[in-house]
Amino acid sequence: MGEIKRIIIIGAGQAGGETAQRLRQGGFAGDITLIGEEPAAPYQRPPLSKAYLKGELSMDRLLLRPAEMYAEENITLLTKLRAVWIDRSNKKVRVEGGRELPYDALVLATGAKPRKLPLVGADLEGVFLFRTAGDVDRVRERFVSGARLVVIGAGYIGLEVAAVARQCGLEVTVVETAVRPLARVTSPEVAGFFLDEHTRQGVRFVLGGQPAVLKGQDRVTGVALTDGMEIPADIVIAGIGVTPDIALAEQCGLTVANGILTDRHCRTADPAIYAIGDCAARPMVHFEGRIARLESVHNAVEGAKVVAAHLLGAKDHTEEAPWFWSDQYDLKLQIAGLFHGYEHVAFRGVMADRAFAAFYYKGERLIAVDAVNKPAEYLGAKMLIQTGRSLPPAVLEDTSRPMKELVASAR
Amino acid sequence: MPKITYIEDSGKEHVVEAPVGQTVMEAAVKHAVPGIDADCGGACACATCHVYVDPEWLAKTGEQNSMEQSMLDFANDVETNSRLSCQIKVTPDLDGLVVRLPKSQH
Repeated sequence: MGEIKRIIIIGAGQAGGETAQRLRQGGFAGDITLIGEEPAAPYQRPPLSKAYLKGELSMDRLLLRPAEMYAEENITLLTKLRAVWIDRSNKKVRVEGGRELPYDALVLATGAKPRKLPLVGADLEGVFLFRTAGDVDRVRERFVSGARLVVIGAGYIGLEVAAVARQCGLEVTVVETAVRPLARVTSPEVAGFFLDEHTRQGVRFVLGGQPAVLKGQDRVTGVALTDGMEIPADIVIAGIGVTPDIALAEQCGLTVANGILTDRHCRTADPAIYAIGDCAARPMVHFEGRIARLESVHNAVEGAKVVAAHLLGAKDHTEEAPWFWSDQYDLKLQIAGLFHGYEHVAFRGVMADRAFAAFYYKGERLIAVDAVNKPAEYLGAKMLIQTGRSLPPAVLEDTSRPMKELVASAR
Repeated sequence: MPKITYIEDSGKEHVVEAPVGQTVMEAAVKHAVPGIDADCGGACACATCHVYVDPEWLAKTGEQNSMEQSMLDFANDVETNSRLSCQIKVTPDLDGLVVRLPKSQH
């Protein structure tokens, strides 16, 4: 690739921000330019649907680093700016306004965009998407006791929002097209546990419900379903997933499937261009090289570490097994591995105690864990998955022996 | 503002002014103290903000909570004065706190 003097990172979320920081910390002395569309310096998104929505965390605590640190470290942070064109043959990025910035290496960390409700009324006042701090700031003004909230989509974001809303005294209805919540991300058993918990906390669920239209003149007043049911609403929040932001990659002809395709070094088919975070898909080293696009902090940070190591010519970063978490009420769900394609699930502890772990197996191999208020089970299983070891279900189900001891005995 | 000293495994010291109400982890990350990864941002999900609290300060920083204890069980080189720095809130009482960092967080 020749000598690398100028690195441009498009996307100033966690993946982009961490990449800039790790390059500098790792001793890269050339130019680093970080381009982001949002007004803020890189910040953490997970608290948006948790502590930030609740008002327990201010914006400056969300920031990965204070905004002034970028200048101190000689990282050019360009906010409220969109990159609009990549010229691969001349290695230039054009930004809004026409300015062209040359690069030797380019990192695409463009993230994902929340899916908009494909319904009449989706643009009414009071209907919100949930992705940026700005989105949450607008929602939060309306988060007052007694307000009627309809959440469309019962994934993690939807359920986290529902939990905060109940804690703030809102009336909450969750509408989900599938017959259970969390259908895409966990087993029916664990989904059932969260359904029961939310129901007990006063959340109303409409499962298998198909929203047809959002009612209202200027502002939303309700959600009508295809079966004729109508749910009154002051606020509607859509949590129906995201789509990877691949527009620039497509424009410049990179291979795009579900996300920008890369090798295990997060490098695209163009050796000067990397792609990381929510917008990219790469082979998973702990899962036989299966290509996956993960939407998580873990994936954002790993991408940053992998790319920084590669660009610095350092030893390859040793990847961690994928991990995720979700906070709802007093429940901390910690997840490691990828559960897709599991054939068997084993439980350690019982759900009634509000502290248990579900271990997922493919054949005899442990591939994932969902741990609720069970941090040792989470970390133990993560360690096993990371090192390619396993323990039989009967062993993990035996609560008479501590998790640490079991993990130490694994082959 | 309370001052906190972080000492890397190599002996290198970083003195940081830490706002009351933030955590010992946040103050380190925001000042780019190397050796505290804190990938999860303080959600007690990753166990990569392990520190050793200087023994003189143990009474003031308080004890490990149960979630923290379980997480530390799986960290490397854990000692009796080990803490996850995301679980230590900065208070005026902690002005002068000294913490040491482990060789590695992974």
